Amino acid sequence: MLKVLKPGLYSTIQDLGRFGHRDIGVPISGAMDVESVKKANMLLENDENAAVIEITMTGPTLLFDTTSYICLSGAHIVATLNNQPIDNYTVLKVEKGDILSYGRLETGFRGYLAIKGGFQSKKVLDSHSLFFPVTKSARLKDGDEIPYKETLSYEPKISEIKIEEHFEKNTLKVYKGPEFSLLSDGQLMEIFAKPYTVSKENNRMAYQLSELITGHSHSMLTSGTLPGTVQLTPAGRMIILMKDGQTTGGYPRILQLSEESISVLAQKKYGDELKFKLV
Amino acid sequence: MKSYPISIKPFGERAVLVEWPEKVSESILADILDFMDAFKELEIPGWEMSVAYNSLTMVYNQDHIDFEETKNMILECHEKQAKSKTERIQHLWTLPVCYDLEFGMDIEEASKTLGLSVKELIEQHTSHQYVVYGIGFLPGFMYLGGLPTSLEIPRRAEPRLKVQKGSVGLASKQTGIYPQDSPGGWNIIGNCPINLFDPTKKDPCFVKVGDKIQFESISKAEYKLHKIEGEVGIYEPEKVVLNA
Repeated sequence: MLKVLKPGLYSTIQDLGRFGHRDIGVPISGAMDVESVKKANMLLENDENAAVIEITMTGPTLLFDTTSYICLSGAHIVATLNNQPIDNYTVLKVEKGDILSYGRLETGFRGYLAIKGGFQSKKVLDSHSLFFPVTKSARLKDGDEIPYKETLSYEPKISEIKIEEHFEKNTLKVYKGPEFSLLSDGQLMEIFAKPYTVSKENNRMAYQLSELITGHSHSMLTSGTLPGTVQLTPAGRMIILMKDGQTTGGYPRILQLSEESISVLAQKKYGDELKFKLV
Repeated sequence: MKSYPISIKPFGERAVLVEWPEKVSESILADILDFMDAFKELEIPGWEMSVAYNSLTMVYNQDHIDFEETKNMILECHEKQAKSKTERIQHLWTLPVCYDLEFGMDIEEASKTLGLSVKELIEQHTSHQYVVYGIGFLPGFMYLGGLPTSLEIPRRAEPRLKVQKGSVGLASKQTGIYPQDSPGGWNIIGNCPINLFDPTKKDPCFVKVGDKIQFESISKAEYKLHKIEGEVGIYEPEKVVLNA
């Protein structure tokens, strides 16, 4: 078991997501920054869908009670194992009584803790990902215990890698959304010629951008939305839906982020700047 | 029956949006459901489909897709669908609602705005059958069509930060039930004691798109009884097969 001594700001269990239930309104959920999760699971030679812990800005304090191997990835958050500093993308052995704790956030916004074999928490609707009320809790809290398998010895094929961090990018690659054609030349200029900043309203459901563009008065019937869908409100606010985002919406869907760009945006926080690029 | 024309748009790297004429209509919905049945018969694993009024979002979970190839596959399936119609079982569900002021905190004000008595509002709300045009927004949230114009009322000027699970609301052309606690701007006129989304069940949401809903007014005592029955898992909402 991994015991949560302190939960951090917003720590959750995530795999790649909950597929096959959008017809009853269940969001996909899953890790926000899939790119970082895949790399950590790859180093541990796990299934790419193995469950990890997603850490947001301020990390948790965690106690291991069984021997296994871990790998951190994603945002650079100062981390220590029994007070010894440890690096991202390095396979490390943990033993009973070891304590993983986190300090200052350096770059990015979301970090990941992967473990050999993946965390073995209960699946609900085919996924480990926490999403209330599909799962009983929305995030980890003090005293939670998350099961994992014992691995006494493991020789990784690759024990550490140097990564070119995708979250240092600030350009989001976008496709035309279903209502792209509603945009005027003026609105297109605004969207693609100017940088935008992430507002305080940013979480696993959606990222709202601070700057408004020219609004619209188009009303449409509610229709499907996906992670990465950029909605435009009548007031001219752009809202980018993320992994826990609702499955339907009534605002024009002007753009759709590439999947890689969802991972890029997942590492942005309040005040960070970004640009759109049409592909 | 001749099917409606469709248009197909790319929607990111692994999805497409299929659109029917932009109208809220039962025959368009039937055409969408026929298409879905025909597509399911192709038995291609990995496709998820969700309906909302006149559109169908189709997502391929396994990989990125080639838009032209997918579009052709969909058009071909839509061509064939008219020839081989499958019989669909659709239900009319009777869902109990307690319109007591304890739950329906906006019912008096809504009645005044609509120029009805509370009793008349309840009578009108319970005397219509509403079509389920989609499930989305929240797990188990039904988009219902067919609200009489006499019950059309604007959203509240300020949304509430917390609307209680089960709340039944009115907002412009829509009526619906909040399947969980949620922020919301609808005018709340009652509460339905039935759990509309239960992830522990094999079928977490018993209502399907294309089904119909009719509300039935119940007392506070019946509400409490159904709530307890629901919690211990012995309450089944009343249903009849529509197209038997």
